[in-house]
Amino acid sequence: MISLTQYLIVAAILLAISIAGIILNRKNILLILMCIELMLLSVNLNFVAFSHYLNNIQGQIFVFFILTVAAAESAIGLAILVVLFRNRRSIQVEDLDEMKG
Amino acid sequence: MSFTAFLFYLFAALLISSAVGVVVARNPVYSALLLIVAFFNSAALWMLLQAEFLSITLVLVYVGAVMVLFLFIIMMLNLKPDRLRSGFNRYLPIGVGVLFLLIVELILMLQSSLFDKQAPLETTTTDNTSAIGKVLYTEYLFPLEIAAVILLVAIIAAIMLTLRRRVDVKTQDIEVQIQVQRADRVRLVKLPSGRAD
Repeated sequence: MISLTQYLIVAAILLAISIAGIILNRKNILLILMCIELMLLSVNLNFVAFSHYLNNIQGQIFVFFILTVAAAESAIGLAILVVLFRNRRSIQVEDLDEMKG
Repeated sequence: MSFTAFLFYLFAALLISSAVGVVVARNPVYSALLLIVAFFNSAALWMLLQAEFLSITLVLVYVGAVMVLFLFIIMMLNLKPDRLRSGFNRYLPIGVGVLFLLIVELILMLQSSLFDKQAPLETTTTDNTSAIGKVLYTEYLFPLEIAAVILLVAIIAAIMLTLRRRVDVKTQDIEVQIQVQRADRVRLVKLPSGRAD
């Protein structure tokens, strides 16, 4: 039988990988967005695991709302990315220094 | 090792290896495709946790909508992979350091007896989807409506951000066209009839 700790460890490894991914790919906004999706996935895995082992449905309700907000977030983020590329012809983070004084 | 445990280890290993692939892949298209694999394996893990509704929702919403959106954007932007990965090797030591630090810390924390649950408290007999629906449409009705409004705002924001009016194309302006009155186009001229003098 799989215990709760094993699921939590899988989610923890996933979270660590996504944070390391943001550090490694900090030049690329697209990969940063994908790593944020992975991070939300690991949080959702935690919620579902707790919901199952504590026999409480409310964890899954939370996951439902997180999925909604994450979908909205990635849609707006990608729209901003498209506008950015149209104006600057690049999505490199180091090219985006308009606000630098 | 039971069959469930075998499935758990299989899906967990695939999930973690595809997550590593997302981070280290050279091409953003491979990253997106590996992220789809990660979502599928995560959905399988949720299925093992008897969260069938959310598992299917994850596949439908993420694989079906969000990742297709990501792939469209990647295809639309003409990216050069070599420039996107500049600085990868420079940040590799600190990235791997943070990775192992976080994993060790989190695993040490998870050894606490708070999380020591071998089996669920009691096995649920009701249908997962109807159980979620019963709570979602009674206790969480107001948050559900707020979620719907958030999605509406996201639709409007995404459309308004990417909408552009191009001035150099000669397309027909439909709303101006259908509002045209007869008086704007036709001018009746009354000419005095010719008279032979």
